[in-house]
Amino acid sequence: MDIIVCVKRVPFTQEVDLEIGQDKKDIDRSPLVYALNDWDGYAIEEAVLIKEQFGGTITAITLGSEDDEEVLRRCLAVGTDKAMRIDPGSRELDGYGISRVLSEVIRGLSFDLILTGVQAEDDNQAMIGIMTAEQLGLAHAAVVTGIEVKDQSALIRCELEDGLEERSILSLPALLTIQSGINEPRYVSLMGIKKAAKKGIETVLLTDLNLTEEDLAPRTHIEEVYLPPDTEGADMIIGEPSRIAEEILRLLKEKGVRT
Amino acid sequence: MNPIFVLVEHRRGKIRDITFEMLGKAGDLSHWQGCPLTVVLIGWEVTPFLQELSGWADTILVVEKEELKNFDAGLYQEVLHQLIQEYRPCITLMGQTSWGLDLAPALAVKTGFPLATDCLDILTDGDQVKAIRQAYGGKVFTRVALKKSAGYLMTVRAGAFSPEKTEERKGEIIKQELKADLPEPRRRFVEFVENGAGEIDIAQAEFLISVGRGIGEEENLTLVKDLAQSLGGVLSCSRPIVDKKWLPKFHQVGTSGKSVKPKVYLALGISGAFQHLAGISGAGTVIAVNKDPKAPIFRVADYGVVEDLFKILPALMEKV
Repeated sequence: MDIIVCVKRVPFTQEVDLEIGQDKKDIDRSPLVYALNDWDGYAIEEAVLIKEQFGGTITAITLGSEDDEEVLRRCLAVGTDKAMRIDPGSRELDGYGISRVLSEVIRGLSFDLILTGVQAEDDNQAMIGIMTAEQLGLAHAAVVTGIEVKDQSALIRCELEDGLEERSILSLPALLTIQSGINEPRYVSLMGIKKAAKKGIETVLLTDLNLTEEDLAPRTHIEEVYLPPDTEGADMIIGEPSRIAEEILRLLKEKGVRT
Repeated sequence: MNPIFVLVEHRRGKIRDITFEMLGKAGDLSHWQGCPLTVVLIGWEVTPFLQELSGWADTILVVEKEELKNFDAGLYQEVLHQLIQEYRPCITLMGQTSWGLDLAPALAVKTGFPLATDCLDILTDGDQVKAIRQAYGGKVFTRVALKKSAGYLMTVRAGAFSPEKTEERKGEIIKQELKADLPEPRRRFVEFVENGAGEIDIAQAEFLISVGRGIGEEENLTLVKDLAQSLGGVLSCSRPIVDKKWLPKFHQVGTSGKSVKPKVYLALGISGAFQHLAGISGAGTVIAVNKDPKAPIFRVADYGVVEDLFKILPALMEKV
């Protein structure tokens, strides 16, 4: 079973005060720490679990600068066999353009399954995986919470809404977008990362791909990024923890959930 | 005038709320643009829905075939593509739901139309279509312009628009025949699985004490369990706690878990992803404790405490 996993390096923004960048087209990313997109971590783990069961190879692919190789190293450390970085140079791509590039690269590779996270933590677009599937003419399923591979098909679970899931059988090859919680991503040891540092990462230049201006021209562009407009917001309870606790208990009584 | 398309979402014999929320927004858009409003109803044995949809749209396009009984992104995409080619809608709206996530990006490739996902608002500025979205987990907003095109695809976040009918529409029903055969399905529906059922029903609770990622380690969960027991509240949680298997799924609040409507919702260490906030929109009073003052939960909470929950939990236990 040959598996390709598409991953992205994203800035970590929880519990961080975000500032808008000078051109107002993005946040100021310079003070931020980067990591593997959370959903992609689950996709990599799922690929490793399937490989442990059936054998085969895993190839991790990312599109980005040399700094983004950090997440490929992480993938190599947990069991990915090959890693590939597509270097876009100075070209700005939107979701469609990225899917166009990914599909062009993947077309030349052998695979039974392509996995990627449902969405990326930074732009929350949730479109690139399924767009890539369509570019490649593959069967696809979004928000997958379980995969059991059987011969040339997979019994999958997809998360719907309101605590409901759907089980269905999908013929392979296929692309699945992976939801968080499908597995428990394994701990990555320092030793593993050190070993992975020695493995080679293949680099593909965007300019070497057979893509036209029209393929790559953005269909959407961000006009402005801004902080959320002010709302009335919460009444803030301030003071020492004991005073805060008293106030919470008073509120619980007032609202009738505690005598 | 080219219509606005709204895809009717339905499951297990019911039209989903997102459909009417999209219709509310599409009603506004049709006023600005003077476009007729067309709902697209795809499925099998969907006639009972027609009554509910009449009055909401100028036209109801119905594609009814047994192979469309269960949602299949590949087949639904083919049907929508054929309808788009025939009716040339200026905007097609779908939910940012399990349907839309599987369908919209593929349709964008197939049609060549620009796609904006998870829209909180849709703006028209002359003939330019723009979307308001969120990024970085809801910490910032973005205004996105879509390249000029014969058509646009947008997916709409659940709860972003109110399901209000701006006017009564004539609701002409067109039973649509497909111009081309459907492809062989590559996916076969097996069954639905209720993943949210368990020994407690958090949807019925009057007082929920809910815990999120801020709890840090599994063993710290005992503190919250003890507090819930002492205060007489029901324990619930946000998605990361279920993802880590620290609590079963039936404790999860949010769009993929349960929507709740307690008198009081005490949120401990929950930052407030939009899926979670959508699940607590029916709560009477929300009290949030989080050490990040910019956490989105403070935008919807009635009372907020910016503090480490490990300072507040012992203080609460001491006072109970």
